[in-house]
Amino acid sequence: MKCLLRMLPKGRTLVISVPFLWLLLFFFVPFIIVLKISFSEAEVAIPPYSEIFQFADDTLRILLNLGNYVFLSEDELYWSAYLSSVKIAFISSLICLCIGYPMAYAMARANQRTQTILLLLILLPSWTSFLIRVYAWIGILKNNGLINNLLMWLGLIDSPLPMLNTNFAVYVGIVYTYLPFMVLPLYANLIKLDHSFLEAASDLGCKPWKVFFEVTLPLSRNGIIAGSMLVFIPVVGEFVIPELLGGPESLMIGKVLWQEFFNNRDWPIAAALAIVMLAILSIPIAYFNHHQAKEMEG
Amino acid sequence: MASRKLTFSNVVLCLGLLFLYLPMFILVLYSFNASKLVTVWAGFSGKWYIELFADDQLMSAVWMSLRIAFFSSCMAVILGTMAAFVMTRFHRFRGKPLFSGMITAPLVMPDVITGLSLLLLFVAMSQLIGWPAERGMLTIWIAHVTFSSAYVAVVVSSRLREVDTSIEEAAMDLGATPFKTFFLITIPVIAPAIAAGWLLAFTLSLDDLVIASFVSGPGSTTLPMVVFSSVRLGVSPKINALATLFVLVVSFAAFIAWWLARRAEARRRSPLRTEEEVNWTSHLSNQP
Repeated sequence: MKCLLRMLPKGRTLVISVPFLWLLLFFFVPFIIVLKISFSEAEVAIPPYSEIFQFADDTLRILLNLGNYVFLSEDELYWSAYLSSVKIAFISSLICLCIGYPMAYAMARANQRTQTILLLLILLPSWTSFLIRVYAWIGILKNNGLINNLLMWLGLIDSPLPMLNTNFAVYVGIVYTYLPFMVLPLYANLIKLDHSFLEAASDLGCKPWKVFFEVTLPLSRNGIIAGSMLVFIPVVGEFVIPELLGGPESLMIGKVLWQEFFNNRDWPIAAALAIVMLAILSIPIAYFNHHQAKEMEG
Repeated sequence: MASRKLTFSNVVLCLGLLFLYLPMFILVLYSFNASKLVTVWAGFSGKWYIELFADDQLMSAVWMSLRIAFFSSCMAVILGTMAAFVMTRFHRFRGKPLFSGMITAPLVMPDVITGLSLLLLFVAMSQLIGWPAERGMLTIWIAHVTFSSAYVAVVVSSRLREVDTSIEEAAMDLGATPFKTFFLITIPVIAPAIAAGWLLAFTLSLDDLVIASFVSGPGSTTLPMVVFSSVRLGVSPKINALATLFVLVVSFAAFIAWWLARRAEARRRSPLRTEEEVNWTSHLSNQP
């Protein structure tokens, strides 16, 4: 028994260290390497970047090449890509919130049995392939697609409305794929809402819409934050949706990074783009982490 | 009941669900279309399914994806459950803020950043220590384990928080070691959450295009990579057939989950219910 008790702190350390070391190696350290490579120069070699630490004649030379960042800041393209990514992410989170909040609210007020079915209905699309769901919209939005065919058949338009390869299609695709991420945290939050608060408010003569804005909405703040962050942060770096549904006008930083890496094979520029994106997202991510960690600890 | 009334939120819920399901319904419908043009209906046909199964490249990608998804979700469940345990039970240790940051950040980290950073890690490691010698299934597996353990941790921790710790304390008071208590008491209680986490990790892995594209090597093409390259070339009815199979399998799994939840609820209503069963049911219906 004594022997086992002595094992106790060891066990605790083991339980902590296994996931800790895994995440440290495969999640944290990679960012340091990205940072390092963003200071190197592109070269025609394998791997295609220069080494920034050089050790020769007992001296360690560190060559920090700031050229990538200077290049990014001087090119209009990157600025507008960052700006439009943040704008698209912000607007689509807002749209998701406006649609998702009433949905979550209605779900939370349904009876227990309906709730289980509704929850499955919300979850089910996110279990099927994301790529295939984006693909579905190509067939719907393209020039000889369903919507245009329907509108022309009804005689509302003479020539097809260009919808695919526009920002409109990007918004549709983003809202479509990220809506469940907004609904689920809101629902999880609204279901815990204490109905006696609402009853108390209406007993005291509060009108229903006022009860909603002054009691329900403030109490669901955490759900709103979690849902908005779950949409906003990944959308800023979204690649698949602007690539498949967007056109040349829908410039997003995820797409630019992909092109720099895969098409231009410029790894240092791609790394610098990732570092700047991380810097932009660091505040929202820290905010999300703070809330999520509190939620997980209980 | 509130759900029957025609309130604003109920209308939005119905429209929202319609918005989520209509495109999928159209996909399924057109997978049976005889015409190659996706928007012209030319009669019922099952030929795209035959072509789908005859596509060797696609089938080998399916097999590759299923293997990676299976092994990565198994590992993610182990790591994620450990991480959830650490998050909910160990309130103070050195590096806790870093730990909680690393377990929650993968939930929102854009895929392009995760993919690029992991690739650069693998390249740097193979230069430094010669491992991994080449990128492929193993590197995709590591990447998928890393991001899906975060999701598993969220699902499992939400269950762990509700577990009555007095049962664990009782077991330890009676002389069970912490390990024994964990495996005999805690694991059975959180089993539904572990199963839900496994399924989530499986679907996340099966679905990932961006991260896999970064860390894969020659000869390790996953299903989303094949689908993506064929979609980029244009709409293909074969993809509709594939989508239909996806929807079919997922609907079947969802039906089973619903049936299990209902059965658990029926048991809850019987007089011989236990605290645990109540928790199981509420778990199934509250899972974010």
